[in-house]
Amino acid sequence: MSLVFAGIASHAPGITGRAHLADPTVARDFHGAFRALGERLAAARPDALIVIAAEHFANFFMNNMPSFAVGMAERYQGPIEDPEWLGIARTKVPGNAALSRRLIREMMQSVDLAYAEEWQFDHGIMVPLHFLTPRYDLPVVPININCQGPPLAPLHRVWGLGEALRRAADSVPERIAVIGTGGISHWPATPDSGKINEAWDREFLERWQANDRQALVSYSDEATYRDAGQGGFEIRTFIAVAAAAKGRGTLYHYRPIPIFAVGCTIADMSIGA
Amino acid sequence: MSLYQMQKFLFDINRDRGVQQQYRDDLDGLLDRYELTAEERGAIATGDIGLIYVLGANGQLLMHYAAFLGMPWAEYIAAMRRGVSRYGPVRAGLYHMTTAMDEKVAGV
Repeated sequence: MSLVFAGIASHAPGITGRAHLADPTVARDFHGAFRALGERLAAARPDALIVIAAEHFANFFMNNMPSFAVGMAERYQGPIEDPEWLGIARTKVPGNAALSRRLIREMMQSVDLAYAEEWQFDHGIMVPLHFLTPRYDLPVVPININCQGPPLAPLHRVWGLGEALRRAADSVPERIAVIGTGGISHWPATPDSGKINEAWDREFLERWQANDRQALVSYSDEATYRDAGQGGFEIRTFIAVAAAAKGRGTLYHYRPIPIFAVGCTIADMSIGA
Repeated sequence: MSLYQMQKFLFDINRDRGVQQQYRDDLDGLLDRYELTAEERGAIATGDIGLIYVLGANGQLLMHYAAFLGMPWAEYIAAMRRGVSRYGPVRAGLYHMTTAMDEKVAGV
């Protein structure tokens, strides 16, 4: 059928794992916006959900690090982290290996991909699913972009990944939704955890909503690291979604929540031609 | 400096319950599997999160190891700050500290 829904959301583990340490009103507003994104996602009646994530050494390590990897399993499991630490119970998540295979074959026409028939979801996927598909009943196809272990794929190549994904989604009979998960500026898991460059984030989100390719791919990793921390490398997931959706974005929630270590973001994007 | 090997240890222990069990039963035997410097090996053997941080470990690996050692979040943040105070700035990797020593960015 085609791509029927595109959105982006934060995935920081504190969103669930440290919810009890946050201002209850602030946490409730954000969690509510997250669930509302899930309702819009469901209203698009997708047959499968592609999650473009930036994992944190759950499956991929510097011994053999793919820039881009796509899951090709019948089922996945997560979280790999301590469920109590993350605040999400361990569960199985359905996949769709045949659909993965068709998507991968089409994407490979223009992008080199690794594929994986084993994949343990970390907070990068489990936190979004916890809010978006809390019954874990929608088949998921995970895509990982290496945002942790440089060298990282350049942003114009990430754009190409998103374009390939769109072409692939439009080539299958299923209705496909895509969610990109990541941070904008953040310094996670360091003593700086909680530092957020709000001005930088808002500038990025303007570029994202306008779907301004040139502006989105013009960030250098050096500038991102300086202004947005090592967590800022995860803008790759949001950029890939913009390339796939080809539409205009709507921002529903953005607020720095330091105890969650990130500017908490919920947005979706119209599907353009 | 064998940061790759130290991070490989963290990667393995974070995701493999067998490695976690060997950590408890036979730490020396486990650490023999990695080509670590004496400083790295000592940091792991004593659970010195601050030193492992200063040696350059990626925080996405280190925070789970800290949780495995039973460290609450605030204590993990404090341990990294203590490490920088004791051993100096982070020597490698991407997870440098950019805030002041007494700055509690997230209030913890």
